[in-house]
Amino acid sequence: MKPPLNISRIKLSIQKREEVSRKFDAILTFISICVALFVVAVIFLSFGINAFVAFKQIFISLLNADIVTVRMIPLLLCSIGLIIVFKANVWNIGAEGQILIGAVAATWIALFLMPDASSYVVIPCMFILGFLLAGLWALIPATLRAYLDINEIITTLMMNYIAYFLVAYLASGPWIGKAVWGFKQTDLIPPQARLPQIKGTLIHYPTLIIAIIGAVLVYILLQYTKFGFEIRVFGSNPEAAKYAGINEAKVILLTMFISGGLAGIAGVGELAGVRYRLTANPKGLSADYGFTAIIVACLARFNPIAAILVSYLMGGIIVGGYALQTSLNVSRGVVNIFNGLILLSLISAEILKRYKISFKVVKSR
Amino acid sequence: MSLESLISPLYEMILLSTPIIFATIGEIYAERSGILNLGIEGIMSLGAAIAFVIAYTTGNITLGIFLALVAGGLLALIHALVSINFNANQVISGLALAMLGLGLSSFVGKKYVGLRLELMLQPIKIPLLSSIPLIGPVFFNQDILVYTAYILTIALWFLLYKTKWGLYIRAVGENPYAADSMGINIYLVRYLCTVFGGMLAGLGGAYITVVYMHTWREGITMGKGWVAVALVIFAFWDPLKGFLASLFFGGIEVAAIELYSIYGLNTHLTNMIPYAAVIVVMMFSASEIMKKRIGAPASLGKPFIREKRR
Repeated sequence: MKPPLNISRIKLSIQKREEVSRKFDAILTFISICVALFVVAVIFLSFGINAFVAFKQIFISLLNADIVTVRMIPLLLCSIGLIIVFKANVWNIGAEGQILIGAVAATWIALFLMPDASSYVVIPCMFILGFLLAGLWALIPATLRAYLDINEIITTLMMNYIAYFLVAYLASGPWIGKAVWGFKQTDLIPPQARLPQIKGTLIHYPTLIIAIIGAVLVYILLQYTKFGFEIRVFGSNPEAAKYAGINEAKVILLTMFISGGLAGIAGVGELAGVRYRLTANPKGLSADYGFTAIIVACLARFNPIAAILVSYLMGGIIVGGYALQTSLNVSRGVVNIFNGLILLSLISAEILKRYKISFKVVKSR
Repeated sequence: MSLESLISPLYEMILLSTPIIFATIGEIYAERSGILNLGIEGIMSLGAAIAFVIAYTTGNITLGIFLALVAGGLLALIHALVSINFNANQVISGLALAMLGLGLSSFVGKKYVGLRLELMLQPIKIPLLSSIPLIGPVFFNQDILVYTAYILTIALWFLLYKTKWGLYIRAVGENPYAADSMGINIYLVRYLCTVFGGMLAGLGGAYITVVYMHTWREGITMGKGWVAVALVIFAFWDPLKGFLASLFFGGIEVAAIELYSIYGLNTHLTNMIPYAAVIVVMMFSASEIMKKRIGAPASLGKPFIREKRR
C-alpha cells in the first residue's frame, strides 16, 4: 500500500503587489519574448517549417552589427519620439507617415532646393527641414486632438495613407526622374547630399549620432525638466494636470511635434543614408519602422536609454526576418507576427506586476 | 444625367461598402460593451487571406467565408483575453492584434498572391423590390452577403435598443460596476461582444477577397479596418448610422475612382481622398458630439477590476 499523502491541498493565494523592482520588469520582458518565440515556433512547425533553423538565423542576424545598426537607427529615432507622446498618453500611430514626410523633405532639398550646395550645407538643411515638415505633419492630428478632441489614433493612421500616396504621387508625377527609364521614381540624390558612412559598413553615422544624442536628450527632457514633469502628470492623470494649471493643448501639440520631427529625421536618414531616392512604392522606405517603434517603446518600458538596446534587438529581428524570407521562403509578415505576439505577451504579463501568485502547501490536520 | 447611368456607380458603392458595414457594426458591439478593438485591420486582413486561400484550394466559397468568420472570432478572442482578464491597455493590445493579423495573413497567403478566383457569388434578385427604379437594381440585385449586411444591421440595431440584452450590453459599456451589482456577467457580455465583432470583421475581410476582388495580395484591405474604427465614432455607436456611414464611405471611394477614370485625375491623388474624408468626417462628428453631448460609452477602453468597485 502506498503511504497516505499527507498533503491535503495546495493553497493558491493571490495578493496585491506593492512595489515592482526594475529587475522584475526585466525578467517579465524576457519571459514575454520567450513566450512570443514559443508561439512563433508553434506556428512555424504547423506550417512545416523548421523553427530551430529559423531561430538560429535570427540569432546569427543579431550578430551582424553592420546591417542591424542600419535598421536600428530609424527604430531608435521613432521610438524615442513615441516614448514622449506615450508618456503624455497621446497615441501617435503615424510615425510611418512622418518618416515618409521626412524623406520627402530630404528629397526636395537634395534634388530641387539646393542641388549644387556642398555637404556642409545640404546635410544639415535636410535634417532641419525633415524635422520641421514631419513635425508640422504630426501637428495636424495633434491640433484636432487638442482643440476638437478628435481621436488621434485614427487621424494619425489616416495620415499614414495620405503620406504614402503623396510620395507615390510625387515620385510618379512632378518629381519623376529624368534618368529612370520609365520607372516611377525620382533621380538619385547627388553624392554630396548622401550621408557619410562608417568605413566598410552601411552605417550612416550622422543619423546614428543624432539618434543616440536624441535618446539622452529625451531622457533628460522627461526626467529633469518642468515640461517633462508636465508630460508625465498629464499622461498619468489629466484631471490633476488641469488643476495644476498644466496647459493641455501645449502638451499635446509639443509632444506630437517633437515625436513627428524625430520620425522625420529617421526618414531623412533612410533617404539620404540608405535609399538615395523616392519611389512610387514607398512601403520599402518606411518599412513598418513606425509600427515596430511602438514595440520598441513598450519593451523599453518607455525609457529612452533602454530604447537604444531594444531598438538594436528589434533591428536584428527585422534583419532576421528578411534572411528567413530568402532562406526558408516564408513571408516577411513573420516579423509582424512576432512583433504582435511580443507586444501581446508583454502587456499580458503586466498583470503579474500587480498581483503576486503564490502556492502554499497546507498539511492535512 | 439619366437614372440608368447612376446605377453602376451606386451598385459599386454597395460592393465597396459591404466589408466596412460588417466591420463597423461588429466594432460598434465591441465598443458598446466597453472593449476598444483597434485590431480590426489585422482581423479583416486575416479573414481576407483565409477566405481566399480556402475558397481557392477547396473551390468552396461558403467554407472559405465560414473559416474567415472563425479566424476573426479567434483573433478577437485573444484581444478579449488580454484586455478583459489581464486588464491590459486596450490600445496597445489592439495595435498588437493588428500587427499579428497582418503578419498571419501574409504568412498564410504567401503562395496565393495574385492568383485569380474564378468562383463568384451570384447576385440574387429580390422579387418586387428589385423592380423599383434605381433603388431596385442598386440595393436588391446583390449577393447574399449584402442582404446579410442589411438584415444584420437592422437586427443588431433592434437588439441594442429594443431588447433586454441590448440594455445589458449598453450598461456594461457605460458603467460596468453598476451593471455588475445588477447581476450582469460583465466578463461574459464583453467576451461575446468582442468575439462577435471579430467574426464580423473577418467576414468583411472575406468579402473583399472572395466576392469583390477575386484575388489576394498583401495589404489588400487598404486600411478599411482602421476606417471602420473611425466610422464607429462617426456613427455615434449606432448600427443603423454605422450602416449609413459605411455607405457614405463607399460612395466616396466610388467618387474617387470616378474622378480618376472619367476625369483623369492622378490616381495617387484620388487614392488619398477616402482617407482625407475620414479625417474631415471626424471633424464634423466632433462638433456634433460637443453640441449634443453624446459620446463614447463611458467605460470604453477601461478595464473592469471588480475590487475597485465602490
